[in-house]
Amino acid sequence: MRVVPKVFVHAALLLLSFVWIYPFLWMVSASFKTQTEFFEKGLSLLPESWDTSNFARAWTNGKFESYFLNSVIVTVTVIVIVLIITSACGYALGRYSFKGKGVILAVLGASIFVPLEFSIIPVFQLIKDMGLMNSLGGIILAESGGGHVLFVLLFASFFRQVPKELEEAATMDGCGFVRTYLSVILPLSKPIIGSVVIMQFIWTWNSFLLPLVLTLSSPELRTLAVGLYALRGENIVDWTGIAAGGTIALAPIIVIFLFLQRYFVDGMSGAVKG
Amino acid sequence: MAARWPAARRLSRRPLPHGKEGILLSQTTIAQPGREIAVRRTPRSRKIALWCWLFVAPNLIFFAMFQGWPIIVNWYYSMLDWSGISSDAKFIGLGNFKELIADPYFWNAYKNSFLFMLGAVPLLLVLGLLAAVVLNNPLLKLAKMYRTLFFIPVVTTASVVGIIMVYIWGSEGAVNYALMKLNLLDQPVNWLGDPHWAMFTVILIYVWKNLGMNMIYWLAGLQSIPRELYEAAKVDGSTPAKTFVHITVPLIVPVGLVITLLNVSGALKVFDMIKTMTDGGPFFATDVVSTYIYRFAFSSEIGLPRLGYASAAGIFFAFTIVLIAVLQAVIRKMIGSAGRGRGA
Repeated sequence: MRVVPKVFVHAALLLLSFVWIYPFLWMVSASFKTQTEFFEKGLSLLPESWDTSNFARAWTNGKFESYFLNSVIVTVTVIVIVLIITSACGYALGRYSFKGKGVILAVLGASIFVPLEFSIIPVFQLIKDMGLMNSLGGIILAESGGGHVLFVLLFASFFRQVPKELEEAATMDGCGFVRTYLSVILPLSKPIIGSVVIMQFIWTWNSFLLPLVLTLSSPELRTLAVGLYALRGENIVDWTGIAAGGTIALAPIIVIFLFLQRYFVDGMSGAVKG
Repeated sequence: MAARWPAARRLSRRPLPHGKEGILLSQTTIAQPGREIAVRRTPRSRKIALWCWLFVAPNLIFFAMFQGWPIIVNWYYSMLDWSGISSDAKFIGLGNFKELIADPYFWNAYKNSFLFMLGAVPLLLVLGLLAAVVLNNPLLKLAKMYRTLFFIPVVTTASVVGIIMVYIWGSEGAVNYALMKLNLLDQPVNWLGDPHWAMFTVILIYVWKNLGMNMIYWLAGLQSIPRELYEAAKVDGSTPAKTFVHITVPLIVPVGLVITLLNVSGALKVFDMIKTMTDGGPFFATDVVSTYIYRFAFSSEIGLPRLGYASAAGIFFAFTIVLIAVLQAVIRKMIGSAGRGRGA
């Protein structure tokens, strides 16, 4: 940095940053343009008209109202399920040694190498056989599936570091296994809970293949990601409407990331460093 | 210092043992006896063991249903001639695999998957490391803001981004406009619609989308290197370039191997962006195994779905990935033992 003046470094980085997030800037500005303005000045980043009819069109005609609701219901439920099952699993594995623990660890560890993506056909069939094909329940169940190895390990290695005395004190006070976990141990793990919530939020909100195949015969259950794909298939020229739909789909995740990015980066770094 | 992300700072206090990486590392530490509470055979402890199993069970059930069962049943499915209705499933043995091996479109998709991976992974690794090194500089102001901006594409929905990119890389989009203004192009190129450019464009967009992730991985690796080493090198009069080659690189190689594996498996699984940007086209130029499988299992354009055939394609591809993983592990071990032999 001594050789290159700082001004140039920052100029280059700022230019690069601008190019980097340009697609999002374009998307947001296009969603506020009228069709005529978009046709004449499709590339300008400052809309002149600030027209909100694109959003109204996507929200009602494009059914983004129900897509949005579906996305929220699926995402929130999946986060709650995953949080409960992984923290409980991590508590038992990280805190206690019991018969069969070695086998569980080995199986979960081996599953890292299994490409989940190619299990789409059996998962599709399983949901169908369970009679959950035309319900949000099917999507929720499939999205919560898997071994969640990363989350279990994050919880387990955190719980391991909690001093034993805390548990012993709780037992002395008459707390059972479940009460100790719920009221003494779990509240300590807020940073891990934060990481799990935001990571699972991003994965579920962005998920495409599973909701796509599970809603093939029931369009009213589409999530935002699938809904926009369908909208584009139907209206290939309505770019302002597509941009508005994209803004509806991406705005929540970008805003939440900006507020909670610390937790996300914590968790992702854990994927490399263990 | 102030600009560092807390995560990486906390991680950097933990030394990274050589030869053990990532998730495997923490798994071994959990398996070790020590801090956890041993359960001895008393009535109370038997109750605790029962509770432990009850706590583990839900996660295991979700695992068994959506990860274990699919692996087993996929083998069975792959030997069926089956359109998805249970009653007309017919067992045909290895017939699907025979047909698969004879299908040039499958080999085209197979080749494209690896082409995509070989194009994207080196770019992600090198550019990700570059971004991490630049933004790890404690003297650089606004580093945190740049990191956040570079990271935004990572958290956005791949399928939505793909649809937006169709316009941006289209003939009226910003890419053509900029290239023509810079006199690098005479007339617009339909980047995603031209069979010569489609794969290249798809790779570039994938790299853009995932670079931030690689930057964070590398940053975690860089910040685990003890500061004293850099100070010692400075005292010894080492130049920044020399320090990078002799101190940084050897110490981040173990992390680098984990990052490479994550990237390889991610790139071979790519689906969302290809489905929304090109749907495997034009003329199958970007058709990868995942879009090939989708076409046979779920798409209505080729008539009745063929779930058995699609399962066979999935198994065949997954099998090659496992084979590559095993091969590279063996080769790494051989190189490792040869190196140690020379050292002794």
